[in-house]
Amino acid sequence: MNYKIKLEIFEGPLDLLLYLIKKDHLNIYDIPIAQVTTQYMQYLELMQLLDLDIAGEFLVIAATLMQIKSKILLPVDEIITEQQEEDDPKEELLKKLLEYKKFKQAAVFFESKENVQRNIFKRPNSHFEAQGKEEVFFETNLFDLLNAFSKALKNMPKDVFREVLRDEFSIEGKIHDLLHILLKKIKISLDELFRAAKNKTEIIATFLAVLELIRQKEIIITQTGLFKEIFVMLNQERITAPLFLSANMGS
Amino acid sequence: MEQNEIKKIVEAAFFVSEKPLTFKQLSCLFEDVESGQLRTAIKGLMDTYNQQDRGINIFEVAGGYQVSTNPECARYLEKLYKTRKVFRLSSPALETLAIITYKQPITRSEVEFIRGVNVDGVIRTLLERGLIKSKGKKKIPGKPVMYGTTDDFLQYFGLKSLSDLPELEKFHLPEANLELAIKNDAGIQGKDNGQDEYFETA
Repeated sequence: MNYKIKLEIFEGPLDLLLYLIKKDHLNIYDIPIAQVTTQYMQYLELMQLLDLDIAGEFLVIAATLMQIKSKILLPVDEIITEQQEEDDPKEELLKKLLEYKKFKQAAVFFESKENVQRNIFKRPNSHFEAQGKEEVFFETNLFDLLNAFSKALKNMPKDVFREVLRDEFSIEGKIHDLLHILLKKIKISLDELFRAAKNKTEIIATFLAVLELIRQKEIIITQTGLFKEIFVMLNQERITAPLFLSANMGS
Repeated sequence: MEQNEIKKIVEAAFFVSEKPLTFKQLSCLFEDVESGQLRTAIKGLMDTYNQQDRGINIFEVAGGYQVSTNPECARYLEKLYKTRKVFRLSSPALETLAIITYKQPITRSEVEFIRGVNVDGVIRTLLERGLIKSKGKKKIPGKPVMYGTTDDFLQYFGLKSLSDLPELEKFHLPEANLELAIKNDAGIQGKDNGQDEYFETA
């Protein structure tokens, strides 16, 4: 089949239907179901061809279109028609389409308003994001945490001498230290913690202590945005719980 | 108090405030000024500022008044800054926001019914941006959260109030008529050179 690969991104099945109707200048109130169904199914095939995941919602509308199409093909039984008039799938689909279309156009209106506002500067001159808002923290994900860890390891000066290290930094010890710091400070940056370490073993012990405390939900790690500095804070929800947890470590 | 005196103080208040000032907040500035007098003073100031040849305008936004730059100056002001951070809502976000705006309070699944797609991620973005917030729970099984728009939403789109919005039925109009209706509503459309902007898609 000869497809022009011009991939419109549709937000959903209703979006796709509206597009098909608009593309061929069809009358939305009198949709030629057979034609639209064929095109709709072709589009789904195209999506499959391109290995796109077809969301369940697309299939629901596909089924509805098929249902309408098959109903048109069947001879009309007048008695039943009268009863079924209320839940005519074609009427229902049309209602949904018209309702959705209104909001789609309302979105265009909002977009134009947004465009106007983008050219209007207010005090403080930082647009919407910082308007009297507190700093926003997102909970950091594990990936960022691991990145910070590998960066800290890389920044570590290379050991010139080989030496056998006594296990002077235990994870339990680091957990104690960290909780003590967090009793005095509200938050401490992960970099700062790593920088305080004297060697690789200590960085690892610190990192494992952080992971353990996260697991026990004693602390949370946050950052103000993607790739920003990572901070360690006490988990406020657990603040009343006893802080000495190293005893749990063995179990 | 003299009308000019009131105007002077209100003007200074507009300058210093980073948020829209409500009429009530402005009237708290004075002890012996009637609200009619204050209203005249505000209107006088707005008339003075909202002329084409002024660089600063006074807009009615989110139930208050706020000074901001004349949109016509945007492309010159941009040169003052190397980069300009611009957040733009994605089209799913705008659609979802439109539904919430006109149907609030509304639950997530009711929005999904209208849009025909899942809106989890979009709702989260809108919440993070402070454009929508929870407006209580619906008294049906499962007690789902209902969402509505915030004051920040009004500010973001430069709207006076929710009643300032066109009626939803207006969006039934054929697209050409609609554009005209929007243009009349939206005021001056600034030029957009699209450079040095970060786009964020929801």
